[in-house]
Parts: sequence; structure tokens; C-alpha cells
Amino acid sequence: MATKPKTSKKELLHLYREMLLIRRFEEKAGQLYGMGLIAGFCHLYIGQEAVVTGVNAAIKEGDQMITSYRDHGHMLALGMSASGVMAELTGRSGGYSRGKGGSMHMFSVEKSFYGGHGIVGAQVPIGAGLGLANKYLDNGKISTVFFGDGAANQGQVYEALNMAQLWKLPTLFIIENNQYAMGTSISRSTAQKDLYKRGLSFGVKGVQVDGMDVLAVRDATKKAAAHARSGKGPMILEMMTYRYRGHSMSDPAKYRTREEVSEMREEHDPIDMAKNRLLKEKWADLDALKAIDKDIKAIVAEAVEFAKTSPEPDPSELYTDVLLEVDA
Amino acid sequence: MAIDIQMPALSPTMEEGTLTKWLVKEGDAVKSGDMLAEIETDKATMEVEAIDEGVVGKILVAEGTQNVAVGTVILQLLEDGEGVEVLFAPKEISSETATTPPTPAPEPVASKPEPIPEPAAAPVQSAPVEIDVPAGTAMVETSVRDALRDAMAEEMRRDERVFIMGEEVAEYQGAYKVTRELLQEFGDKRVIDTPITEHGFAGIGVGAAMGGLRPIVEFMTWNFAMQAIDHIINSAAKTLYMSGGQMRCPIVFRGPNGAASRVGAQHSHDYSSWYANVPGLKVVAPYDAADAKGLLKSAIRDPNPVVFLEHEMMYGEIMDVPDLDDYLVPIGKALVRRVGSDVTITAHSRMVGRALEAADILAGEGISAEVIDLRTIRPLDSDTIIKSVKKTNRIVCAEEGWGQSGIGAEIVARVIDEAFDYLDAPPARVFQKDVPLPYAGNLEALSLPNAQDVVVAAKGVCYK
Ligand SMILES: Cc1ncc(C[n+]2csc(CCOP(=O)(O)OP(=O)(O)O)c2C)c(N)n1
Ligand SMILES: [Mg+2]
Repeated sequence: MATKPKTSKKELLHLYREMLLIRRFEEKAGQLYGMGLIAGFCHLYIGQEAVVTGVNAAIKEGDQMITSYRDHGHMLALGMSASGVMAELTGRSGGYSRGKGGSMHMFSVEKSFYGGHGIVGAQVPIGAGLGLANKYLDNGKISTVFFGDGAANQGQVYEALNMAQLWKLPTLFIIENNQYAMGTSISRSTAQKDLYKRGLSFGVKGVQVDGMDVLAVRDATKKAAAHARSGKGPMILEMMTYRYRGHSMSDPAKYRTREEVSEMREEHDPIDMAKNRLLKEKWADLDALKAIDKDIKAIVAEAVEFAKTSPEPDPSELYTDVLLEVDA
Repeated sequence: MAIDIQMPALSPTMEEGTLTKWLVKEGDAVKSGDMLAEIETDKATMEVEAIDEGVVGKILVAEGTQNVAVGTVILQLLEDGEGVEVLFAPKEISSETATTPPTPAPEPVASKPEPIPEPAAAPVQSAPVEIDVPAGTAMVETSVRDALRDAMAEEMRRDERVFIMGEEVAEYQGAYKVTRELLQEFGDKRVIDTPITEHGFAGIGVGAAMGGLRPIVEFMTWNFAMQAIDHIINSAAKTLYMSGGQMRCPIVFRGPNGAASRVGAQHSHDYSSWYANVPGLKVVAPYDAADAKGLLKSAIRDPNPVVFLEHEMMYGEIMDVPDLDDYLVPIGKALVRRVGSDVTITAHSRMVGRALEAADILAGEGISAEVIDLRTIRPLDSDTIIKSVKKTNRIVCAEEGWGQSGIGAEIVARVIDEAFDYLDAPPARVFQKDVPLPYAGNLEALSLPNAQDVVVAAKGVCYK
């Protein structure tokens, strides 16, 4: 391996904090689900924290993000409020979609978060469309579209890649390769497992990145973002990552061994990796890290409190937001 | 303070489960993410993970305990530095949560919509109807899920050309366990896991049908078939006609349709009226387990493309299925599920249960309702409906999907056409509110039609 990626005390502490917030938030969400406060589907991001955290560290404010249903981490990374996200999970009026969207469907115009999409692969052309808008408006922004290894097989991904390259759209296609699509391992779903090569026939460059290393993610994304922003067109980043939990809450987990999961969490955990570097460089001691943990637990506890006490949406909300009124 | 670890709910509909195995013992140190126990529901076996760090204090529910209610404290975790002494005497487990396994229970029902009450001896002339099987046929209690599986297995045994493909149908045993054990019996040539590529595999299914096979294409839910609708309509439905009758496309597209529980707008779509609009398709939407089996077998044998709409919330319902070697229910025939004289109620799929429930309530109020289970939506069995309306002179059409251009709208148009002079009141319709399905529990409940809505509509047409 080459030399360790450069970072600073300030930056790494920040990234550590961000990742820990996602982890603790998701653990709590899992717990609230078990208590019946969250219903339906709930896809946790635990294990994958370094991907969105590293990407977010490499893009600029105003650059757009769009992803699948596994979206809580992306929103927290973008600085959307933990309370607003948690309250959406519990279906309350204080949630980002006022309780009408749920875990899979949240948006924030302010933070340039374009959702939360439930149909596997659908966010990919939409993300390229955001790129088209950026180019059209010449606003200097790039769009980042996140999708899974399973989604990478959907036909519309290739239609989008072709047009993105043809029109040189400023879009990053970020594949979160966590090795599984529900119960299907990547080797059972695809004839060609190097997903970063998936754009080659269109001329879309791709790189494979250690998605458990937040700094590697940051560095790869920086390069790709510069490429896209300079008018050279899209790029694919294949982030090698892993989800520790089940696909959604109900998952028989028969498709992988317990050993495989514990190997990943013991040896490759993104948060542990950042923590070890912080300790090694003496940028933090255990007490300092405990203090961060305490801080974050407090943020999450506040979010839970809000998500439990925010009222259900008013019945009149049932009929709002279907169409906008148009003046005659 | 000790942390109580409760029996978690691992699916929206789980109410209880079996604690199959403890993976830790008292005194073990655990950290967040460690597996604590294995639990089982009818859908799956799953692991309970630790969320906090600590030491396993007291295990309160023994391994092997069945019917542990969600929320029961199963273990107490001690935080840093705590000793076992902080634990109070283990709480008694309430009597509802049996500690000894009862006699082999039937497969627990995971998805439990409102129970459909046994129609009691009705105070007015309105009676449940028996299905049409040889006298003396035994009935076997079967879940809708297993009835569907049995139908596929029987047809696969009968005809080598029948195979099934879809996402997670093989190794995972089906996302909703409808294809359970098919891989084991028929092997991976005939039970095929696909990538998440609906448009592609629907097209491959159509090609395979044209090439002489009898594919069953499972969509994990019909919501995802929107990716594939072009092949269902343009490639499957129109081929016979476009080829002047030469080219056949015998294929079944199946999967759960409509609203499940709290899964939001993109996962709760009822497509009944969409496919009902298309000539060249047959569209089937069974309600009970017997029909699920008999109609699916007919669909697989049908030489035409069939869209087979199931309901996730019905999969766990256990109902009678006739114990016959080859139980077929004809496509295109509605079933009068309850005979009545004052008002006709039509419904399909899960809504039939609500209509029957409504008929019960109405009976108590002196209104005799006739309930027609449409079973097939295309071709629609107008005769049965018209005959009923000529008798009752009133009709309520109930469905779970949206109203505009819906199944009810079509039925009302036919009734106006063919039985206008028999009507004593304008026909009424019951359907989902005209908005995308919201996630919030209270709004979701307001959106979907229930038995009470049917009762109100029925009373309306009876001017009561
Ligand atoms: C079009 C479509 N097909 C199927 C599904 C059901 N489904 C939801 S998530 C999923 C697996 C996706 O896996 P992957 O893309 O790897 O993302 P991950 O869940 O691992 O983040 C499937 C099959 C869906 N939501 N949409
Ligand atoms: Mg994946």
C-alpha cells in the first residue's frame, strides 16, 4: 500500500464524528423499529458510513446528492437534522416529509438532497438529470448519485451512463458495493464483478475504492469531482463496502456466515480505522473520544425524544401536496 | 442501570416469535453489534443484535420458547462496572407468553389484517356460500402463501416446460416465502434467481414463452413490474393479435399487489385497473387460499399471458383448500360468496374480506347483502354481477385501489348499460383516497377503504 492519505487532526476528528453520528443514529433507529415506533421498511447504513462521509468531504456545498432507500446516512452527512430524519422514520409531522414519506422517502431542497428512492435503480437517471440541469444552468455544481451493487444491474443505469458521457454531464456515479442485494451476493447476480468497469464501453472512467477507509473515499472523490466539474463528463466510483445489518429489518441472513460479518466489523470497521489513526497520531486520547461519543449520544437522544413527541400529521394533510394550485 | 433487551419486531406485522437459540450466556461481555439470540417468525429466522455495550446479566426467556410477544423483556444487560446484584428478581413472564412450547402450532400468521369474522347465523336472509367441489371432499387448512406454492409445484410436476424466475425466488426461498422449497425439489434449472432487472427478465420470460416454455415470472411486488410493464403489454399482450394468431405467449406474471403495511407511496400501488385495461391479457386477483391455488393452476395452463395479482397481507391467512389432486378454478368466473337480497357488493382480493365483514354488520342492521368475489378482473364476469343486480336492485363496488377509471367505475358502467331499469338507487363505489399512499400510520389508515366504508355505502344505496 502507498503512504497513508494526508489528513489533519481537525479533519479526521470531524470525519470520525460524522461517521459516529450515522452509526449511533442507525443503531437507535433499529431499536425504535423493534419497539414498534418505526414501521414498514427501514434500511440501515451501519458499516457503510465511510462512503457518504468521505464523498461529502470531497464535494462542495450545493453539489447534489441522490440515493436509494438506504438514505439516512446521506441526510445526516449533508447536515440535515437528526431530529427531522428520525421524526420521519416514526411518521410524525416534524419529519422531513411531514410523516408522509417514511424511511425511504425524504428530501431537502435546502441541503441539495434529492431523495430517498424506493425503486431500485430509479435514482440513477434522475441523478444524471440533475447533472444535465447543472450543465444547462452552468452553475458549476456536480451531482452525486449513489446506488447499490444490485442496482448496478438495472438497464436504466446503462442508458443513463451512455447519455451522461455523450453529453459530458457533471455527475458522479457512486456504487456502494456492499456485496449483497438483499440475499443475493454479487457473484450470483452479475457476470462481471468489477463494477467500476461498467462504463468502459461508453468511455466512462471508473475506479475502485476502499469504501471502508474514509480518507481513501475522500481522495478518490476529490479527483473524480474535479474531472466532472471541469467538463470532462461523468465518472464511476466503486466503493467496496459492507453492510453489517440485514437488508431491511426482517432478513433471515442465511446468505452469509456470521464469521464473514464479524470479520468485517473486527478487521475493517471504518469508524475503528479512523479511531486508531486518531489515537496513533495522538490527535485524541480515549477520554476525548468518549466525550465525542457522549455528545453524539445526546444528539441522537434528542432526536429520539423529538421523534416520539412530535404529533402525527393532521388528518387534513392527507389531501395536501398532491398537485400545486395553478392560477387560472 | 441494567438495560432491558426486548423481543424486537423484525417486520411490520410481527406480533410474536420463537426464541430459538441464545448465542450468549450470562456473564458474557458483549459490544454493540454482537449477536445475542436467534429468533424465528413464520417468514424467517433472524438474529437479535446488541445495541449497547455491557455484560449479559439475566436471561429471562429460555431458549426454545414459542410465542414470545414483541416487547417482552428477554434479557437484561449490565452496563460497565455493574454487578449482577443490580438486577431485581427476574420479572415473571406474563401468562400470555407461554414458556413451554405448546403442541405443534400451525405456522404462525405473520401478516394479520383485520380478522374476517365467521359469518354468524345471519338474522336476515343472507348466507355464506360453499365452493363447488364434489360432496365429501376434505378440506386442508393452508395459508394463501402455501396454496400458491402448491399450485406452482403441482404444475411443475405435471409439465416439464413450467419454470419460475424472479428476484430471490430460489436460494432465499422467495422474498415472501411463496416459492419455499421449490429450488430443493426442482433444482436451479427450473427455479431461477435473477438479478434486479425487471425489464430484462420480463422480456426474457416473454421470449422463453414464445420459444415453447411456460414461464412463471415472479415480481417481488407489482410495484417493481412498472419497470417491466412494456414487455407485459407490448410484448406479451399484443403478440397473438399482431401475429394474426400464429405466435403464442403462455406466461404468468405474478406477485403481491396493492398496499401492504406502512411501506409508503412507491411500494403500495394497486395495479388492478391498469392491467384490466389491456386486451390480450387475463387478469386474476384471488381472495382466499382455495382460489389462490385453483386459479394459479389455471393461469399456468392458460395459453395466454396472465397477470396474477396476489396480496401480501393475505399470504399468512390460513383457510380451507379442497384436498383434491388437481383443483382448478376457471378463469373468468366470479363467485357469489354470500347470498343476499337487498344490495350487491362486488370486491376482489383482500377487499373481499372487508366486504364480507361489512355484509355481517349489515345483516345485524337488517340489510341482506350479496357479496360477489370477482376473482378475475379481465375477462370480467358481467353475467354474475348483472344477475345479482337484477335481484337486489342496488350495487356497491368496493376496491382497494384508486377510484378514477377503476374496477368499480367499469362495473358501474356495465350495470348502467345492461341493468339500468333494475336500479333503485345510483350505484356507489368505495375506493382508496385519491392521494399517493402516505407513510404515517394515521394517514395510511384514513387512505385505505375498510369494512365500515362499505357499510356506509351500502346503507346509502338502501336509503337507510
Ligand atoms: C425495481 C425494484 N426491484 C426490486 C426491489 C426490491 N428491492 C429493494 S432493495 C433490493 C436490493 C438492492 O440491493 P443493492 O442495489 O445492492 O442495494 P443495497 O440494498 O445493498 O444498499 C431489492 C431487490 C425494488 N425496490 N425495486
Ligand atoms: Mg448491495
